[in-house]
Amino acid sequence: MARKTTQTRKAVVTTIAWIIGFLIFFPILWTILMSFKSEGDAIKAPLAMLSTPWTLESYGEVQARSNYLRFFMNSVIISLGSTILALVIAIPAAWSMAFVPGKRTKDLLMWMLSTKMMPAVGVLVPMYLMFRDFGLLDTRTGLVVILTLINLPIVVWMLYTYFKEIPGEILEAARMDGASLRSEILYVLTPMAVPGIASTMLLNIILAWNEAFWTLQLTTSDAAPLTQFIASYSSPEGLFYAKLSAASTMAIAPILILGWFSQKQLVRGLTFGAVK
Amino acid sequence: MNMTLRALLGATALLTLAGVATAETTITVATVNNGDMIRMQGLMDDFYAKYPDIKVEWVTLEENVLRQKVTTDIATKGGQFDVLTIGTYEVPIWGKAGWLVGLNDLPEAWDKADLLPAIAGGLTVDGELYAAPFYGESSMVMYRKDLMDAAGLTMPDAPTWADIKTAAAAMTDKSKEQYGICLRGKAGWGENMAFLTAMSNSFGAKWFDENWNPQFDQQPWKDTLSFYLDLMNEYGPPGASNNGFNENLALMQQGHCGMWIDATVAASFVTGKDSTVADKMAFALAPDNGLGKRGNWLWAWSLAIPAGSAKVDAAKAFVAWATSKEYTELVASKEGWANVPPGTRTSLYANAEYQKVPFAKMTLDSINSADPTKPTVDAVPYTGVQFVAIPEFQGFATAVGQQFSAALAGTTSLDDALAAAQELTKTEMTKAGYIK
Repeated sequence: MARKTTQTRKAVVTTIAWIIGFLIFFPILWTILMSFKSEGDAIKAPLAMLSTPWTLESYGEVQARSNYLRFFMNSVIISLGSTILALVIAIPAAWSMAFVPGKRTKDLLMWMLSTKMMPAVGVLVPMYLMFRDFGLLDTRTGLVVILTLINLPIVVWMLYTYFKEIPGEILEAARMDGASLRSEILYVLTPMAVPGIASTMLLNIILAWNEAFWTLQLTTSDAAPLTQFIASYSSPEGLFYAKLSAASTMAIAPILILGWFSQKQLVRGLTFGAVK
Repeated sequence: MNMTLRALLGATALLTLAGVATAETTITVATVNNGDMIRMQGLMDDFYAKYPDIKVEWVTLEENVLRQKVTTDIATKGGQFDVLTIGTYEVPIWGKAGWLVGLNDLPEAWDKADLLPAIAGGLTVDGELYAAPFYGESSMVMYRKDLMDAAGLTMPDAPTWADIKTAAAAMTDKSKEQYGICLRGKAGWGENMAFLTAMSNSFGAKWFDENWNPQFDQQPWKDTLSFYLDLMNEYGPPGASNNGFNENLALMQQGHCGMWIDATVAASFVTGKDSTVADKMAFALAPDNGLGKRGNWLWAWSLAIPAGSAKVDAAKAFVAWATSKEYTELVASKEGWANVPPGTRTSLYANAEYQKVPFAKMTLDSINSADPTKPTVDAVPYTGVQFVAIPEFQGFATAVGQQFSAALAGTTSLDDALAAAQELTKTEMTKAGYIK
């Protein structure tokens, strides 16, 4: 009886999970479906739209109008660059906070997180002026720097949480065996924290890939990533749903594929230490 | 030795000259995503044939993203753009602030005198033209002639608001999801407030009196909003408080609207290939109330050069080409007269071929009936037909738009919406120093 109840419960929970999952995925699915319709069909009522012919017309128009590869490469360079830079800074920072905490470590962590609470537009003008004066406007270097700074608090927090799970005695043993600080972090700590570092890296790549405020404000053409590619297909006056959907599908496809193949690592990393 | 030195110097000079002669200037053009601008990007071969040493880099963005981006750039003198696509709202403000390069010295052949006076007036500050109009638009009534015929009604060329209400009532059949009228309800200074501000002009309302005191507590605004809410609640589509240009366009194209009062540029969409009612559409001027002002707006997407640009000469060459009569002819030769950017030049409307385009005359009449320098029945201290050309307008007009959109959605009453609009506008104008 108890087993039956458990199975029923399991079925209900699974069904609810699938429904929630479908609801979350639905906007993406709908975007993909609309991208294969003509502009005229894309604005039809949802059910009527599905029965209209499928076409690659919008993809053709988007390809003809925009240099997708340039936007794509910028996105790749910016998101990978900012992620690597953030990890280089955050791993030693998280190590010191986890294994050699000071009196103010917790305050410092909270302060770092609090920088994420301010709306980005609040610092747009000073940031823009600094970028202008340092010659960083519309450069990939500038975007790597800003995205690193934006995501650094999250990266440090995540790594700090993973490092806290690693017994300090292991590092102590390495030290007793004569390992230098560099060797301790590189050859002892890092291999043990690989799942955590991998999931932090993946999450940071996704965050950087999707960042759409600074990447739109600080670029024009040379460093413009896929967020600008998408923004160029929206309009308050005119029919653009199909083309916008095609552009969006092309922009999110790489990160969706990356997420699909790395979902195990992502889930493992994100739930690391959640259950003791 | 001397000979060798001379030869070397001569060669260097020649190489330098050759370098200068072939040096390419790249200008960055920020533009909105609309059909006319995208079409221009496909016709650049003509420009490159005329100016082989100028390369154009396009930055196409959604209107609101573009506005925020170019405003930041121009205010901080970032210098990221050499040509900006801006509207009649920005030009007077930015021109007065010294942020734009004057265009009075464009070549004589460009023919400044040929610009439609209403459009040129909106782009001129103290006698200096600060932007060259690329396309101009007003608003007008687009209606289903077949439904009017079926109801035994005839839409006058210059209808009154009473005519509109009668027609909306006659064309509404909610059982067939057919609504007499579709109007903007989505909140925003460029969304419902563009329509409602233009509409209020024809009801004798105004944003401010001559001392910049808000006027939402006066009867004409109450009449405007009350008429709009009645019309939409009785004969409008459900969920109208979420409808902007694109949502209404979709409804009209699918045959759900009897009438739509919106931008003249929509005429080419509702008669285009994606419309199921293309052959049933007819047009009329925006309505009035017999007070001497019609409820139509005036807008022109225009090309301007920011004062921070280091490539002003190349930028001027591009602006002159893109807004010339020759460009119009180029578009006509490639894509037909119906696709020519409308609403900027008198000569276009004198062209016998263009006169054959069904909405050409109504567009011209609509533009000519709007006067940005005298937008309302009474005298006002501001310019702009569907906006008030002051920097603070975007902020508080959007907040007022949210109140009116809420009234349409039924979450607040007409009186409360007007009272809130009055209060918040007064607060903002006091803070900005207009009200002492």
